[in-house]
Amino acid sequence: MNRKFLSFPYLIWMAGFTLIPLLLIFYYGLTDRAGGFTLDNVKAISSPECIQALLRSLKLSCISTVICLILAYPLAMILKHSKSRNSFIVFIFILPMWMNFLLRTMAWQVLLDKNGVINNILSFIGLPSLNMINTTSAIVFGMVYNFLPFMVLPMYNVLSKISDDTIEAAHDLGANAFQTFIKVILPLSVPGIVSGITMVFVPALTTFVISDILGGGMILLIGNVIEQEFTFSNNWNLGSGLSLVLMIFIIISMIMIAIFDKDGEGTVF
Amino acid sequence: MNQPLIELNHISKYFGKTMVLDDLNLSVKENEFITLLGPSGCGKTTTLRIIGGFEKPTEGTVFFEGQDITNLPANKRNLNTVFQKYALFTHMSIAENIAFGLKIKNKPKSYIDDKIKYALKLVNLDGFEKRSVSSLSGGQQQRIAIARAIVNEPKLLLLDEPLGALDLKLRQDMQYELIRLKNELGITFIYVTHDQEEALTMSDTIVVMNQGYIQQMGTPEDIYNEPENAFVADFIGDSNIIDGIMLEDKLVEILGVKFPCVDTGFGRNKPVDVVIRPEDVDLLEPGKGRLEGVVTHIIFKGVHYEMEVNAGGFEWLVHSTDCHPVGSKVSISVEPFDIQIMNKPESEDEEAIGVDE
Repeated sequence: MNRKFLSFPYLIWMAGFTLIPLLLIFYYGLTDRAGGFTLDNVKAISSPECIQALLRSLKLSCISTVICLILAYPLAMILKHSKSRNSFIVFIFILPMWMNFLLRTMAWQVLLDKNGVINNILSFIGLPSLNMINTTSAIVFGMVYNFLPFMVLPMYNVLSKISDDTIEAAHDLGANAFQTFIKVILPLSVPGIVSGITMVFVPALTTFVISDILGGGMILLIGNVIEQEFTFSNNWNLGSGLSLVLMIFIIISMIMIAIFDKDGEGTVF
Repeated sequence: MNQPLIELNHISKYFGKTMVLDDLNLSVKENEFITLLGPSGCGKTTTLRIIGGFEKPTEGTVFFEGQDITNLPANKRNLNTVFQKYALFTHMSIAENIAFGLKIKNKPKSYIDDKIKYALKLVNLDGFEKRSVSSLSGGQQQRIAIARAIVNEPKLLLLDEPLGALDLKLRQDMQYELIRLKNELGITFIYVTHDQEEALTMSDTIVVMNQGYIQQMGTPEDIYNEPENAFVADFIGDSNIIDGIMLEDKLVEILGVKFPCVDTGFGRNKPVDVVIRPEDVDLLEPGKGRLEGVVTHIIFKGVHYEMEVNAGGFEWLVHSTDCHPVGSKVSISVEPFDIQIMNKPESEDEEAIGVDE
């Protein structure tokens, strides 16, 4: 019996919500307002404003990714070793993910504000207040906070798949704890690390909400520039053209995953 | 020069409140193939892990060549382990896997290369250096795991059910392979298995364990022919274990019938366990044996027929090359030296009490 028809709704879904929008972006990105072919929208990335925003985006998302990496790896190791309770700890860790992304970020706006919760506490105990909101640090903080679970989960996934036998075998062959980590555990967790990096880097690179809320609209990332083209300037062509440039980074990330995570070990979702 | 290579001295192991090993004493000589045999949960793997350095005993001492190694971590011990699930490093090539221990010890490259070649030849996988772990079959992976262990020239190789994941034919081939390896290398093997046939085939000495105690230790022949208690008899091969009464020396009553036997020293009219191997039960024409019965079940097993005979109210398990169809009347007879007499355990606890050597 031919069961291909069962995949039909999914094909429609893919066409309607992935393929067609993608084609539209290509169409708008490569045409001008009159509908004629042009590369100007893509070339617009080289304008000083865009270059600056892109470089800033790259810088902040790189910093966030590195911080997530440093925080997540030890955490994933702890999760791996806390055998019986680990499902509860994992649960605690992904709990914030179930809350609305926007709400979480706005909560941090309230916390970090000049007259916000943290500064109130600081002045209450007699410490000078800090300038936290509307800084690049606040944006990096928001990125780390929001994307950390995406780093932890693939890492935890690969680490928990490394059997105790494998680690004991390394000890048995004379490796101490450090050598075992460097020669066995770390190389075996590379798929999870690559997966985690891309899952943090790509959304951090393209975000405009976090920089909007925690950067106060003063610090423009490339995501903000594109957003403004669509909303304020109503220039869909330019916005699409810049999106195409961003897509290059996403494709690079996909290629990285394909190379390092051949067995799909690091993917959790 | 028969100093023990490894000696376990009053080893006890508890996981929380669960007793796994209780006051275990074991001494292994150099160049011996010793098998720890028992059902799952009997403590055999824990014993091996204590020797390997992966578990610390709750009480007791482990001696290796006369030195106390109880608290020495696994990576400092001059022994290697072959794990049940191979535990190869999947991110390395075969050569890198084998070289792992030697690289840790900073051996020169030419030495390592020679060792890899030698080890691969030894396990019949020449030319596999560049292959990846995932391209090998289970049997090949286990050979690599063995090669990876023996290149370090350990004095002692621990094998934790290494053939458990392989299919029957391969398992049998690997059994001969392991015996050959042990003879070529001249090192001591401590082998853990729950497969009694595997234990009988390969071992110099078998240690039968149950519930954390050593039940019996001896050569395969001893263990099979002279089981010391009903557990060993039952675990090593099939047996008929029947309640009997030792009337006097060399005469036992089973199911109300007197059988001459060869055992002495049990006293008079003492209840005992009587063990008779199924292949030692002779089926004769009705009236010619000691106990009359009816065949209730028969299965063709290839080499022999496996029959169940109801005689004297007991289902006898009988192996014979003769076929007696279901329902046919037979008479049971047993040669005196094929009857094993064992003391009954006095209580539930004693059933499992260890027999120190």
